[in-house]
Formats: sequence, structure tokens, C-alpha cells
Amino acid sequence: MRTWFPYPLLSVALLLMWLLLSQSVTPGSILLGLIVSTVLAWVTLKLKPARSRLNRWSRIAGFILRATGDVIRSNIAVTLIILRARRRAVAAGFMTLGIDLEDENALALLACVLTATPGTAWLEYDRRQKILLIHVLDIENEELWRKTIRRYAADLKEIFE
Amino acid sequence: MSHLTDLPPWAAALVCGLLLIGAATTFIGSLGLLRLPDFYARLHAPTIATSGGTILICLASILCFAVLQSRWVFHEVLIIFFMTVTTPVTLMLLGQATLYRDRFENRPGVPRKSRPSGSKIEE
Repeated sequence: MRTWFPYPLLSVALLLMWLLLSQSVTPGSILLGLIVSTVLAWVTLKLKPARSRLNRWSRIAGFILRATGDVIRSNIAVTLIILRARRRAVAAGFMTLGIDLEDENALALLACVLTATPGTAWLEYDRRQKILLIHVLDIENEELWRKTIRRYAADLKEIFE
Repeated sequence: MSHLTDLPPWAAALVCGLLLIGAATTFIGSLGLLRLPDFYARLHAPTIATSGGTILICLASILCFAVLQSRWVFHEVLIIFFMTVTTPVTLMLLGQATLYRDRFENRPGVPRKSRPSGSKIEE
């Protein structure tokens, strides 16, 4: 099983993508999608990506929901900041915080979520000291950002480690 | 599409609303590039366009074609997914490049590189 499907999740995701792109679930397109996803999984094997296990499936839905909520909220917040930028100076600044994540994929996911959220931009992560440097658009709410990111990190730790 | 007139009024209103809000969000994101003071702050502006704007416009597209063809249309979800996954890569690259340059030029107000393990960081 492992020799045929070295990355089962990736294969399933690729198959789903194939079916979505071709917009049909006829046996022909399923067969073609199976071939494409299996071959691409073999190609990925050559790239030797870091493998991680997903432990708590139930947490994933909660994580996605919370991230979506935060993205919507900070979209509105940043929109307001930009519209008011003429009248009120923008209080942007750097912020460091320690997060304790080892897994490469978890870090990548955290980076994606933080950067996709307007108002926070991932700049640098020091893996030896486990210190993350980010830039936030409203540094006044520093505590709030700190709490949000800590919660993300805790969630990811539970899901991945 | 010449069949756009076949949209029932409720769907047309909803699609219009989503499109307008999405376009406005994208516009504000670009406006941010002009208005925000420095490079790091400007990094935040395009994410509004890619997250909020793209999602709203794709939702409008899903709704419009789902109602027109009276079946579920989902492949726009792929656009949302790939935008969300790929934009951070560019932004992080830009951010790190700027950070590197600013540290190299000893620009004030930019955090120093944290020292190698062994020595403590003083606040």
C-alpha cells in the first residue's frame, strides 16, 4: 500500500482537484485522475518532503473556522485603517514572540495563515531560539495578537505533534 | 454570457452585491499601497485583495453559474485555495529580502538579528 500510495492524503487531494477541474465524475475522468495523482505522489517522493502525522482530525475543523473568522475580522480592520490613514497615523510595528513548534509542515501552515490574514506579516522564524518575528499593522493591540498566535500554535501542536 | 438576463432577481442582487463589495475590497487593498507609510506596512495591503477580494468575487462567480446552470459549481474553490497558499510565499520572500537589506544598512527601527544560542537576548 505504501509503495503504491506513498502520500495517501496528497493523492486524494490531487484526485479531488482533478475531478473539480474536469467538472465530471465519469469513470473515465476518475481513472485519469487516479493515474495522475498516483504518478504525482511518486514524483513528490523524490523531493523528500518532511512527513508529518495528523493526529486530531476533530481539531482541524475548529482551526479552519477560527482562522476564517480571524481573516474576515482583520480584513475589515485593515480596510478601516487604510481608509483612515490620511487622518490618523498608522501605528505599525515589529513584534517578537516565542512559539514552540517543531514540525515543518505546522510552521508552514502557521506562516500561511498569518500572512493570509491582513494585518500580520510573517518575517522570520529563528529555529534555534524558537523566536518568531512578525510585523503587525496595529501594534496597539499587541496583546491580542500575541494571544491569537499562541492559540494557533497550540492548536497546530495538537494537530501535528 | 448572454444568458445573464436569465438570473432570477434575488440571485442577481446577491451576485451584484458580492461583486461590488469584492471589487471595492480589492480597490482598497491597492489604495493601501499608496497610503501606507513604509514598506513593511505596505506588505499588509495586498493581502486584503488576495483574501477578501478574491473570496468575494469567487463566491459571486460560484453563485452566478450555479444558479444559471442549476447545478453545484465548485471549481472556483481551487482559485481561493491556491491564492491563499501561494501569496504568502511571495510576501515572505519580499519581507525577508527587505529585512536583510535593512539590517545590512543598519537602518534604525529594524530589529537586530537574534544572537546565536548561548547568549541571552536583552530587552
